[in-house]
Parts: sequence; C-alpha cells; structure tokens
Amino acid sequence: MSDRKIVLEIRGLIVEAMLAKASVTEIVKGVSLELREGQVLGLVGESGAGKSTIGLASMGYFKPGCSPVAGEISFCGSSLLEISEAERRSIRGVRAAYVAQSAAASFNPSKRLMDQVVEAAVSRGELQRVDAELRAVELFRSLQLPDPESFGRKYPHQVSGGQLQRAMTAMALMCDPELIVFDEPTTALDVTTQVEVLLAIKAAIEERGVAALYISHDLAVVAQIADEVAVLRYGEIVERGPVTQMLESPVHPYTKSLWAVREMHGGSHPSRGRLLDVSGIEASYGAFKVLQDIEFTIERGQTVALVGESGSGKSTLGRVISGLLSPESGTVHLGEEALPRKANDRSRDMLRRVQLIYQSADTALNPRQKVSKIVGRPLSFFHGMRGAKKRSRMVDLMNMVELDPSYLDRFPTQLSGGQKQRVAIARALAAEPELIICDEITSALDQVVQAGILKMLDELQERLGVSYLFITHDLEVVKAISDRVVVMSGGRIVEQGPKSEVIHAPSEEYTRRLLNAVPQMSPGWLDGLVSRQVPNASVTSREPVRLSR
Amino acid sequence: MQIITSTDVVTKLLAQRLALGLLSMFVVSVVIFVAVNSLPGSFAAAVLGQSATPEAVAAFNQKLGLDQPLVSRYLTWLSATVTGDFGTSFTNRPVSTMVMPRLWNSLKLAISAALIAVPLAITLGAICVRFVNRLPDRILSATTLSTISLPEFFIAYLLILVLAAKLQLLPSLSTIRGSMGFADQAIRMILPVLTLVFVTLAHMMRATRAALLNVMAQPYIEMARLKGEPETRIILRHALPNAIGSIASVVALNLAYLIAGVVVVEAVFVYPGIGDTMVSAVSNRDIPVVQACALIFSAAYILLNLVADIIAIASNPRLMHAR
Amino acid sequence: MSSVSTTAPNGARPVRRTWRLPITPLIGFGIVITYVSCALFAPWLAPYGEYQVVSDVPFGPWNSQNLLGTDQLGRDFLSRLIYGARNSMGIAFATTVVAFLIGGFIGIAAAAIRGWFDQVICRFVDSVMSIPDLVFTLMLLAIFGSSVWNLVLIIAALDSTRVFRISRAAALNVATLEFVEAAEARGEGVFWKVRHEILPNIMPILISEFGMRFCFVFLTIAALSFLGVGLQPPTAEWGSMVRDNAALINSGDITPLIPAGAIALLTIGVNFVADWLLGKSSGAQDV
Repeated sequence: MSDRKIVLEIRGLIVEAMLAKASVTEIVKGVSLELREGQVLGLVGESGAGKSTIGLASMGYFKPGCSPVAGEISFCGSSLLEISEAERRSIRGVRAAYVAQSAAASFNPSKRLMDQVVEAAVSRGELQRVDAELRAVELFRSLQLPDPESFGRKYPHQVSGGQLQRAMTAMALMCDPELIVFDEPTTALDVTTQVEVLLAIKAAIEERGVAALYISHDLAVVAQIADEVAVLRYGEIVERGPVTQMLESPVHPYTKSLWAVREMHGGSHPSRGRLLDVSGIEASYGAFKVLQDIEFTIERGQTVALVGESGSGKSTLGRVISGLLSPESGTVHLGEEALPRKANDRSRDMLRRVQLIYQSADTALNPRQKVSKIVGRPLSFFHGMRGAKKRSRMVDLMNMVELDPSYLDRFPTQLSGGQKQRVAIARALAAEPELIICDEITSALDQVVQAGILKMLDELQERLGVSYLFITHDLEVVKAISDRVVVMSGGRIVEQGPKSEVIHAPSEEYTRRLLNAVPQMSPGWLDGLVSRQVPNASVTSREPVRLSR
Repeated sequence: MQIITSTDVVTKLLAQRLALGLLSMFVVSVVIFVAVNSLPGSFAAAVLGQSATPEAVAAFNQKLGLDQPLVSRYLTWLSATVTGDFGTSFTNRPVSTMVMPRLWNSLKLAISAALIAVPLAITLGAICVRFVNRLPDRILSATTLSTISLPEFFIAYLLILVLAAKLQLLPSLSTIRGSMGFADQAIRMILPVLTLVFVTLAHMMRATRAALLNVMAQPYIEMARLKGEPETRIILRHALPNAIGSIASVVALNLAYLIAGVVVVEAVFVYPGIGDTMVSAVSNRDIPVVQACALIFSAAYILLNLVADIIAIASNPRLMHAR
Repeated sequence: MSSVSTTAPNGARPVRRTWRLPITPLIGFGIVITYVSCALFAPWLAPYGEYQVVSDVPFGPWNSQNLLGTDQLGRDFLSRLIYGARNSMGIAFATTVVAFLIGGFIGIAAAAIRGWFDQVICRFVDSVMSIPDLVFTLMLLAIFGSSVWNLVLIIAALDSTRVFRISRAAALNVATLEFVEAAEARGEGVFWKVRHEILPNIMPILISEFGMRFCFVFLTIAALSFLGVGLQPPTAEWGSMVRDNAALINSGDITPLIPAGAIALLTIGVNFVADWLLGKSSGAQDV
C-alpha cells in the first residue's frame, strides 16, 4: 500500500468558522491524514464533528464564513492553499470530484440532468459535447440507471432520490478524477434504497481504483466501503485504523460509544391490561389514502414500536390517535372510553391522558417562552397547580428528565438539541399521561445523546408505568426499546407481533427485506448480501418500496 | 399514479390564471361601480349644484338613466364600457376621447421607463451578488436602501433643479402635442422617464439581489462551485434561471407601481397623460372620468400580474416538465 | 461511556464584543427623534404662527427675519415647515394606527381560526388589492371629498388590506409550527393560543412593518397633498408646500425642495430603523 502515489495529504489543518454573533470557533482542530491511489478512507463522526468541512477542504473549498488558519492540503503534490483560485477551480470537477449528501438539493432543478452531468467536462474542454454525452450514457448504464439513453433528458424532479444519487456519482466520474469525496451520499435515503446506492458506489470505486474519502455518521455503512476508518470528534481525529480493527477492538471510549444504541436491549415489560385499542382506521389527505385497515393495541406499561420507511403513514397514525387528524372511519379506545375523532371534541381529561412528542424540538418548543412556562403550562392547565406547589413539581420534572432545575429560567434557544428534547419530554410528563406518542424523537439527535434519552425513557417507564408508542424508521431503536413491533408500509400494517418474533423470525417478505437492508457492523455484510440475494435479486434490481410523496 | 402530460398541467394552470384575472377584473368593476354609486348626495347635485330645482334633477337623472335600478345600470354601464364607450363626462364630452389619447401618452412614458429600468435593475442586482459584501455591493445596497422610498416629486424636482434650472440641458416642462416631431417629444420625455426609472430601480434591484442570494444559498450552487465553474457563469447559468419567477413578480409589482407613479410625475412635468387627467377630474369631481381612469389603471395592474404569473409558470421546470 | 460528555465544549471565542448600534439605525433613530420633537414642540420652536402672514412680498428671499424666506402668501416658510411636521406626521401616524387595529386584528384572527372565515376575507382583500392604492384613494376622494377624516379613513381602510396580508402571513407561519399544534392538542382556546404562542413570535415583524406602513401612508398623504387633493389649505403640509412653491425651482431656488427633502429624510430614517429591527428579530433565534 505504502508504495502507491499519495493523492491527498492534509497536515495540521485548522479551520475557523464565523458564528452569528461576530465570534469565531475552530471547527477543525489540527487534522492530518493521507490518502493513496486506490484507497478508500472512511471519515466517521457525528454532526458538527467537522467531517464535511474536511471533505470540502480536500477540494480546496471552504463554505462562506469558514477559513483555514493553519496547516496544509496537498493534492497530487500541489498545495491547494497556496495556488490561485483559478488553479483550484481547474482541479475541481476534473481531477477531484464531489458527491453531496442530498442529491435532490444538489442538482439544479431547472436544468436537464445531462446538461449538469457533462457540464464540467465540456466547459473545461476535457471532452467534446457529443463524446461527453456518450460517456455519460455509458456511466448511467454501469450505475444501473433505467433507460440510460434517455435518462439524461429528464429533470431532477422527474427521477427518484436513489437514482439522483447514482446520477451524481456518474457526474463525479465523468472526467476520471483522481479523488472523489463522498459526503454522506446515502444518509437522506430509505434503508432499502441505501443498499442499492451503496452497491453502485462500491462497484464504481473498485472498478476504477480511484482514491475516495467516504464521509458518514454511520460506522456500519463506512465499514462496507472503506479500507481504513478515521473517527472524528469536535474537529479532531480521535482514532484511526483499518476497518476490521476499528470494529473489533476500538481503543478510544468515544469510538466504543458510537454504537451505544446497538448495545441496548430494553423491552420485556409485563402487561398490566389493555390501554389503547385502535381498530378499522382509514384516513386520507384529500383524495390520497394514507391509512387503511389499521388494527393494533397497546398494553399498559409497554412500548410498541411503529416502524416503516418514509411515506408509510406511521406519523399520520400518531396524529390520528392524538386527535390532530380525524380519520374517515374506525375507532380509538383509551381504556374503556372511545375517544372522539377530533381533539376539539375530546374532554380535557382525555387530552391529558395521551401526549405527543415531536421529532424536532426546535419547532415543538415556543422560542419566546421560558422552559418554566413550557413545562408549567400543562401543570396549571390540567392540574390547576400554581405558586410554590407548581414550582416544586417543575423541579421534580426537571430532575426526572435529568436536567438541572436552573434551566427553567432559560429559553429553548439556549439549550442543545438533546436538552430541548428532554424539555419536550418533561412537558409531556407534566400532564401525567398514560400514553406518550414519540414521533421519531431521537432521529435528529447524535448517537450518544440518543442512547441517553432512550435509557431515560426506559427508566421512566419502570417508575411511572406509562406506555409508549414509538414511531421510528430506525431498527436499532426498535431493538433497543420495544416490547411489540408494528411494521407499516403503504399506509397498511404488514406485520405485527412481539419484538422477538418480528425481528428474529419475520413472517412477511417486506419485513425481511427491511431488516436485511440495515447495514451490519461487519465489513463483509454488503458483499454477503449480494451473494445471498442473487437468487431473487430483490434488493438490487427492483425499485425499492416507496410511495409517491 | 395517474399520468399527466406537462402541457395539460400548464394549459390548466394558464386557464386558471386567466379566469382569475377576468374574475378580478369583474370584481374590480363592481367595486368601482358600487363606490361611485355610493356618492353622498347624488350625481345630479354634484353636477348641477346643490341649488338645482327638483325638475332639473329629475330631467338629469332620466337623461343619464339614473332612475333605473342599480343592477340594470351596472349591466348597461358594463356592456358600454367593454365596447370602449366610457360615457359622457360632466363637461359634456365623451370620456373616451378625453382619456384614450392621454392613455397612449402615459403608456409611452411607462414603457420607456420600464425598458430602461428593468434590464438595469437586474444587471445591477446580479453585480451585487457577484461581489456580495464587497465594495460594489455595499455601495449599491446602501444607496438603494436610502433611495428606496424617496417621494417621486422630490426626485423629479431635484432632476429639474440640476438638469433644467442649473445646467439648462433639458426643458423642465413636458407638455407634448401630437403635432410635435419625434425628437422634440423625446427630449421632453427624458426628465419624466428618468424620474420613473429612479423611483422603481431601487426596489427592483434589491429584490433581484435578494432573490438571487436566496438561490445562491442552495446546495446546487455549491455543487456547481465544486465542479469548478467560474462564479459569473454560476450566477448567469445556474442561479438566474431559478430566480426568474420571483424576480418577475417583483418587476410586475414595480411596473404596477410605475402606473401609480405616473400620476405624480405627470403632475410635476405637466405631461398630458392619463394620470394628469385623473387628478384634474378628481379636483373637479368629474366622476365618469375618474371612474374610467380607475378602471383602466386597474386593468393594467391586473394584466401585469397575469404576465408575472405566466412567467413564473414558464420558468418552473416542475410545472413545464411533469413527472 | 462515562468519559463521554453529552455537550460539546464551548470553543467559541468572541472576536469583538460590541453592544454599540450599527451606524444606520443610529442615524435612523436620530432622524426620527428630531422629527418627533419638531412635531411635539412646534408652537415653541416655530418663530411665527402657522397661518400668520409676516411679509407683503410673496416668495420672499432668505433673510435674518425669515430664515427660509416666505411662501406664496407671505407666510414664514420655516414656521410652516415646523408645523408641517406636526400635521403630516400626526395624520400619517393616526392613519397607520387605525390600519393596524383593523388589519392586524382581522389578519391574526384569520390565521388562528382559518376555515371559511379566512377564505372569505382573503378573497375580498385580494380583489380590493387589485386596484392600485393611489388610484383607488383618488377615486374615493373624488366621491367622498377631501376632508381630513375622509383622508384618514380611506387610506386606513385601503392600507389595512396590506396589514392584513402581512399579519396573516406572519401569524400563519407561526400557527403551523408544532408548538402551536401542541397547544391545540392540549386543548387551549383560540385566545390563549394567539396571546401566548403566536403574538410574541410575530411582534418584531409587526413593529418593523408598522414603520414601513407609516412611511407608505406618510408618502401617500404627501403625494395627495402635492396633487392638491389631500390636506386642504391653509393647513401647513409638506406635500402641498412643495406644490405651492414649485415655480421657484425653475429659477434655481432650492426652497421648495426643503419640504420634499424633509419627507425623503424621514422615510430614510424610518427605513433604517425598520430594516435593523427586522434583521435583529430574524437573527434573534441564534442568540
């Protein structure tokens, strides 16, 4: 390996970013790495770790407001921080290419795909327009895009997310670059689509022997593609090594914590009688049916996980139960009582017993109210508390969600993402509910924070006997917290049962496909998947299960 | 999933916009008609004076059909208006012969101003974005922020003071007549056109800058930079096509504003346009003329917004090329 | 696990921590305060009365008695300029307040209640707004006559449609956020929702919009008076002062530009302040 040519070399790079209030912060603190011909380096870390900044820096590019203050970046021997902007531009798109996280946002909506794919090659005089188009069609074909001849004539909004991501890979390969930077290329995709794109990318890299920097927050994904992995935290590389070593014997505690959620195994609470009974629910947005024949139950003190890909109708079901969307038919029973369809028609006590927590605490908490008002309002609204009694209850609640009671006097904008979500949980607990609907409440959070919140919810359940309906797309979360699992697809329930049955012995083809598509923490998983799937080839060749948005 | 061809969607949308425009026009005509007919006192009193004899009032009302019920009067008025007959003014002349030649004069003024202001505003806006937060942008932005709401007559008199009174380059009055030659008319129109350009330029430029900056923050612009495209090409080829829709609606808004601005500018320069006509009709409370002018202004306004909508539809690839 | 803290170390260091106002709002505040003082203390500041004829010569030149000369009837120009601040700004302010009371109230109510109530009002406002305001105002003034009350009510009514649009849009932006939905799911009433969830979040936008609308109303009244159909003589008003003395311009005398400049300067000042307020409120989220 060491005799091959060095493509990219970063030494002691420090990048500063301007913050809103005229202050700067170091977002990359002295990172060094090198990448040789034909090598794939995985860069793993959570949001804000500086992964993308390093990815962009490898192309000599910095986002507005970010600037390198120390260190050097050398690309095939030329120092990217010293050459002129024109020289840097001549490298980008031709010798170093970039594949962005959200292909849907990274393609210009008003230009045809072909125009964008060949743009760099033609405008830089690498290829004639005709030749460039022929090459693009070849690349479309090798990346298994449908109708490669006519694919380029489409506009970005006319093709699916997975196809766009492959088209962007084709765009990166146009000029046979020496380096490709992949910045979370599969993060925005559903799990089943992710597998196809991963396979396409892996094949494309291996075939051409191009050096690649593969950035992701998901170690399991990186493990399938990379030879080596570097783990980043707060702008520093905390650990670096070959993939197998990093998976089997990580040294740094932070690396170990990255799969904290995967090691949680909650669930198995005894049933204390029926709490919620949902039957025959049908609902639609306008003419579009979003829920059909929904039947399931939740036991007191247990957790039901509602799993599905985006557009499966799982969040809609949560809104129906909480009364925010009224179904066309069907009933929801809470205990012995039938709940009216609309929240407006439910009694205050019914509203109190079912609480909803949202995915994004940013929009779920009023930025102009202090935490004390956010948490205190349900206390006075549902329980008529005021004065010292209310204050001491608020302190209790803050302790329950493991926040310092002094935070009561802060505004939500002064808290971190995880802390905000804890405030949202405290608000729900203040009502003393019997059921809490958690709608993707940890999916916007980093792994470690996520594990902390899941653990806390589990302990609260032990103490308070509350039930959770946990809506999520993340099967690791399902494994970590649920007693029962309900799998949804296309607005219907495809399978439900105890966690052990659904996860370990699924009876439905869809559930099996969903479970198979979740990357495993082993380098051979993706290759193994291909060989296992060859007989029916369902994962690679079929259009994945998806609904129109 | 049903298959809808793009032409179907676009035709449907255009038909919808057109119908909406016609509906607005209808509602506006009703509003104007009802407003005029809510005149305190009566037409007759307004025209003949408070001391008119009851017989004279009755004769007047009968002559103008004012003894008919409101709805039938509206229908009569509407059908006449559609054929270009705006009735008779209180000065006993047909309104259309008073208004139409002057409408043409105003259009000449507004169109000349628009032909200069729109390309200039878009160019300056693009220059601001090319040099965002650098000297050219700072100068242009600060200047436009301070001139954005200067009253038309301030700009007009300032121009007269400098270009007409001090430098003696141009005439300060713009009284044009049909008998004048083209060059003569053109010279007299320079000052009012300049005023209108200044009045609308600042807003359109700032809107262009804002719309472009909004697009420039999109990930696909960063992608274009990462493909090594030069900045000017990115603005012209990648950003501008996506900003056209929102720029068009601001341009339409400003051209509509141009119509109102025409009223004041014509008064300053004593330019024989429709705005000047309307103002003197308001002073004399010559209601039929006011009514006709209001209707024409509204029609122009609605038409401009319709055009902006059509441009927005035509520049949206999601609508032009359906799935 | 134990060695991993859940919060990022705060590595931010301040570059310059200055609480000074930027230069443009500072200028803006200066202008606004000067104007308001002129309006409030006009009788003490003005050397002569608003209607007092002090010279036999119309269009008298600038001299030590009449610092800015006299107008077409021999009244002191400076005194009328100072009283003009009171009349022009007072009426514009009253009009804007009325427009906000009507438009703001209905706009927020429409956003909070939604449904057919919202639909009906929106359609009505849309059709009123498809007549250019200056033209509509001119027409209504022709019909009802140019008294001060008519002026205030007509402009306020037309302007309230704009205020309605803005406040409805702002309130709707907030009303669709999840914390408002959470209040709905809790069973809160419409009034509580508006008072505690929506209003605090749209107040900065409304205040800055008040500045913008005030400017607009102020300019409309000045334009109408300039056209001779706004405030009627002998009331001192900047727009009509420009009109009455406009003839002087052709001889190179800048006197008539002074009231026009006074109007321009105020709109610049208010714009600077409103622009800063708007920027401040949108940036307030990252504090």
